[in-house]
Amino acid sequence: MHITDRQWLWLAAGFYLAGLVLGTVALVRGRRQSRVAIYGAIALGYLFQTWGLWLRGRATGGCPLGNLFELFQCTAWSATTLYLVVGTRFRLSVLGYFAACLAAVMTLLSLGVPAWDATRSARLFGGNPWVEVHAGLALFSYGVFGLLALTSLLYLLRDRSLKSKRLGGWCSFLPSLVELDHIGGRLLTTGVSLLGAALAVAWIYWGDEGAHVGYAKVLATTGVGLAYALMLGARKHGRLSGVRFARLSLVLFVLALATLWLVDRSRTAEVPAEKGGVEQR
Amino acid sequence: MSGRVLFLLGATHQRTPLEVREKLALAGGAAEAMRADLRGLPGLAEFVVLNTCNRVEFYGVGAGAETVEAVERAFCTRQRFDLEEFRSFRLRLTGCEAVQHLLEVAGGLDSQMLGETEIFGQVKAAYAEAQSRGFAGPVLHRVFQKAFQAAKAVRTETAITSGQVSVASVAVELALDIYGALEPARVLLLGAGEIGEKTARAFLSRGAGRLDVASRHIERAAQLAEGLGAAALALDRAVARLGEYDIVVCCTASPVAVLHVAEVERVMEARASRPLLLVDMAMPRDVEGQVGDLPGVYLYNLDDLARIADENSRARCAEVSKARAILQARAETLWAKAQAGLTVCA
Repeated sequence: MHITDRQWLWLAAGFYLAGLVLGTVALVRGRRQSRVAIYGAIALGYLFQTWGLWLRGRATGGCPLGNLFELFQCTAWSATTLYLVVGTRFRLSVLGYFAACLAAVMTLLSLGVPAWDATRSARLFGGNPWVEVHAGLALFSYGVFGLLALTSLLYLLRDRSLKSKRLGGWCSFLPSLVELDHIGGRLLTTGVSLLGAALAVAWIYWGDEGAHVGYAKVLATTGVGLAYALMLGARKHGRLSGVRFARLSLVLFVLALATLWLVDRSRTAEVPAEKGGVEQR
Repeated sequence: MSGRVLFLLGATHQRTPLEVREKLALAGGAAEAMRADLRGLPGLAEFVVLNTCNRVEFYGVGAGAETVEAVERAFCTRQRFDLEEFRSFRLRLTGCEAVQHLLEVAGGLDSQMLGETEIFGQVKAAYAEAQSRGFAGPVLHRVFQKAFQAAKAVRTETAITSGQVSVASVAVELALDIYGALEPARVLLLGAGEIGEKTARAFLSRGAGRLDVASRHIERAAQLAEGLGAAALALDRAVARLGEYDIVVCCTASPVAVLHVAEVERVMEARASRPLLLVDMAMPRDVEGQVGDLPGVYLYNLDDLARIADENSRARCAEVSKARAILQARAETLWAKAQAGLTVCA
């Protein structure tokens, strides 16, 4: 039986959704979530997603970042990669729930809009492996920022529960404010470093192909990098309260996702993607 | 089947008033003397003595009803307590009922503070003592081991132990919700009142890294600080250094507020993302109400803490029937197997 990359990715989305459903049921019942069950569902989803993306990458001969569908898939994959590391380290079962939520929404959305995968850019990296490194690093940093947005959301929920003095129910499963703030700080540093490296690679090795790079894309990605770097600087200098930092992280991630659309639009030469997944060579 | 019986005999807070429990408590060397009495009791094959501030209980395996009565007499003689009076409020259970009772005790369902977990450690210690001295045999071994498993299951499968039910513990729980761990946290106690002292002790017992006590009367602060292993300082000096602390417990007798919005706002500007927990246990209040609106400041007064403790207590009560059902099922299974053990032993 031949299973296409898209079908593997549907399977992955199903497991992410299962993690989301398991977590929601636990929250509704007011029970502590089973970390093993949610982690297991996400890990299985991650395995299938990795396989699906690998098949697509093999078929396209590079990182699968040729259209909005692939960009969303890779961002979700990056966030999940990091959760699988960070989640076990910090024992954040609620973060697992929200990670499942983010991965399920992003993968299902990308799979549910066929137009996003109808065409894909040809000769995306122009045969230059450094361009591919740039794209991979940049997308991974977006995944890190995605996880930062999730921890920020948890921070705001925890802050709200403490301020409103309603600590029962599912709020009792949230990690402490200081833990979330520390994790947020580390994720921001990691994300800025990755995106900084990606932009540096782009500026150094993309010179020859500068004519093919849309200004909108350059401005958007540099803008995102700059915004996160400014936020990091403000945090290091004690200019951002915990709540402001969390709110800004959420807003910036939404803007970062919006720039993916600009990145996708800036590409010119396009070829149609095969129905049911890119034909594997 | 032989006449051997698994029994429980004792007096607990449920049916015995405090003044009587005081007389029945096996204090000092009385517990050891009682064990020596029981060891020589004819027909008593196994026993465990559980002696806490809320209960004195004897779990045993004996030749029959007469053995239980002999234990009863031995206990009353040892405590110089009237046997007839003891019988009026004693708890005497056998077989499955005794097993169910042990499971409920270990699970915290029979505790004065429903769902508390300290009793679990006390039951474990009582059993360990009996086992190491050779008083507990195969029947009690099985029953106690299963009781420990059942208690853990109840804690996992129900919310019987969730949430704190005393004001001081709720304050500590709040601090944990904010800081995660208390070791790096600096605690300031403003005022040398009794409730503040209790709360400070609760923070110290959960590992608070440093505690300072401040009062208008420095000698009172010094006296309390000495008992707590803390440092003492004058109230105005402590307020001036507010920014150094993570948790401030206020319980002064001041008729006016001690902490005002302007000074807390100034403190928060220098703290960036580090939050500040203010626990106001004073009456009238020590902290202006609007302080709680400042970003990064979490202000809880006595009413807030009492309401949370009450909610937690009600939430625990709501779990009792579920917990009891779990324990009953386990007790019945365990008793079915223990019965076979009793027959084999006979």
